[in-house]
Amino acid sequence: MTLDLSSDDLEMLDGRDGAAIEMSMRIIVRLAETVKAKRLIDISSAHIDSCLYHGLSTIDFADRLVQLGAQVKIPTTLNVSSMDLLHPDLYRGDPEEALRGRQLADLYESMGCKPTWTCAPYLLEERPNFGDQIVWAESNAIVFANSVIGARTDRYGDLIDICAAITGRTPDAGLHLDENRYASLVYEVGHLPPSLFDHDEIFPLLGAFIGSTTGTQVPVVNGLNNEQSEYRLRALGAAAASTGSVGMFHAVGSTPEAPTLEVALGSKNPQESIRVSVEDLQMMRSKLTSSTGTALATIALGTPHYSIDEFAILRSHILGKHKHPEIDFYVSAGRDVLLELELRGWADELRSFGVSLVGDTCTYFTPILSNTDKPAMTDSGKWAYYAPSNLGIEVIFASTADCVASAIAGRVVLDESIWTNEQ
Amino acid sequence: MNSNKEISGPVLRLDEPLSFWGGLDPKTGRITDVHHPQVGSSVTGTVLAMEHGRGSSSSSSVVLELIRNQAGPVAIVLSEMDTHIFLGSIVAEELYGLSMPVLITPKENLQNFHSGNVAHIDSEGNIKCTS
Repeated sequence: MTLDLSSDDLEMLDGRDGAAIEMSMRIIVRLAETVKAKRLIDISSAHIDSCLYHGLSTIDFADRLVQLGAQVKIPTTLNVSSMDLLHPDLYRGDPEEALRGRQLADLYESMGCKPTWTCAPYLLEERPNFGDQIVWAESNAIVFANSVIGARTDRYGDLIDICAAITGRTPDAGLHLDENRYASLVYEVGHLPPSLFDHDEIFPLLGAFIGSTTGTQVPVVNGLNNEQSEYRLRALGAAAASTGSVGMFHAVGSTPEAPTLEVALGSKNPQESIRVSVEDLQMMRSKLTSSTGTALATIALGTPHYSIDEFAILRSHILGKHKHPEIDFYVSAGRDVLLELELRGWADELRSFGVSLVGDTCTYFTPILSNTDKPAMTDSGKWAYYAPSNLGIEVIFASTADCVASAIAGRVVLDESIWTNEQ
Repeated sequence: MNSNKEISGPVLRLDEPLSFWGGLDPKTGRITDVHHPQVGSSVTGTVLAMEHGRGSSSSSSVVLELIRNQAGPVAIVLSEMDTHIFLGSIVAEELYGLSMPVLITPKENLQNFHSGNVAHIDSEGNIKCTS
């Protein structure tokens, strides 16, 4: 099985369209050979993760492409930056790094990428459609595109994302292909107390459990009520892509390629069927919580970037209330969503409670938090998973309601009733 | 597989997959993931062996930065191809002419890799591990 390049691919590789396309093609072809793709395919959009600063090499790479004349060929959005570009005063890190972050942002914008600066490109107006072939980087966006939209992207990452945007081509491999999108691992949840699933925080916990037990297979969740909301599915996917390598999952009755368990499995027998227990979910809850006391300095929500639906839930908890003066309360979101908050008048309500709205970046890797000595609380499985390593901070995973209650009390307040009453 | 010269180095066998982003400091080469059993170990100069990579899509950039800082392993051996790691390696060649091959070996073979052993990789990409 060898890679069969089209005449157009070969001419791009030969420099017909300039040196930037030539270099991008060379990288894509090496990847295609490695993943044993038979051909390259056209893509209709790209979402770029390479725009986040990780050191001088990230600038060297973008700068090389720009010097060679790179321009993106298809609609291309940008993932989070290393700083809030609209509110740079929130940044507490090294000013040199901030400057590099800005420099990298400018390089990607100059290649024609849209300055969306969000990890939730699926919340933007130009969301891909079912069946579209796309190249998206950023693990939560990948799992959402594949699972919830039914668009097709492999688990792309930095460097290849921009090469694909510049050429409009990608290897026909991985999750682009029908045969790799079927589930091979079943997670049964139908026997769990139904009232457990009235609580949003079960979904990131279930996702974290799936991520830590799935490996690189495609899992299917069986036994949830039909038509789960997008924000629950994405919280599940984001957590699964953080604790593991999940690029796609199915939820029978909720995701478009899983009308039934049989369809999700491609009519094959699963390799394994796992009966999820309450204890499994409690174990994940303990794993995502490193602090056991009541000390608290920070609430961090919006990982991935909060949607309007999630702001509606948050708003219902905070209206008419005020956070404790010693607690910082951050919520991260994309520019479009922040604008909509202003237009709806919700931004003022949130600020009146004491919320700091953060755009363009995320608080689990950027130096924004004013206090990392005392623990932080989050409703995000992804934030809870990464922040202890990235920021050296202690963390408590909890429901959105508990995050708000704790922010008001000035200490950790947890409603344990969902775990004590329902077993 | 992107190797064309002979390489050898001490094996660092990871008990669990590592996400380079959020899991490793590209300046020092140390594992920083507090959830990882080998947190604190340095990958610099090792033949890093693990079954597969894990997690974030930023890993390619971290691998690239690790190589630029000359803090990386001399080679990475996996039992399943990880495109994020591979891309960091091929872009390092494009940009800096620095090579850090990513090699695939069957899972049964990877089980013979133990930390403290020495791995030899010949110019064809064949890997041998000796204690």
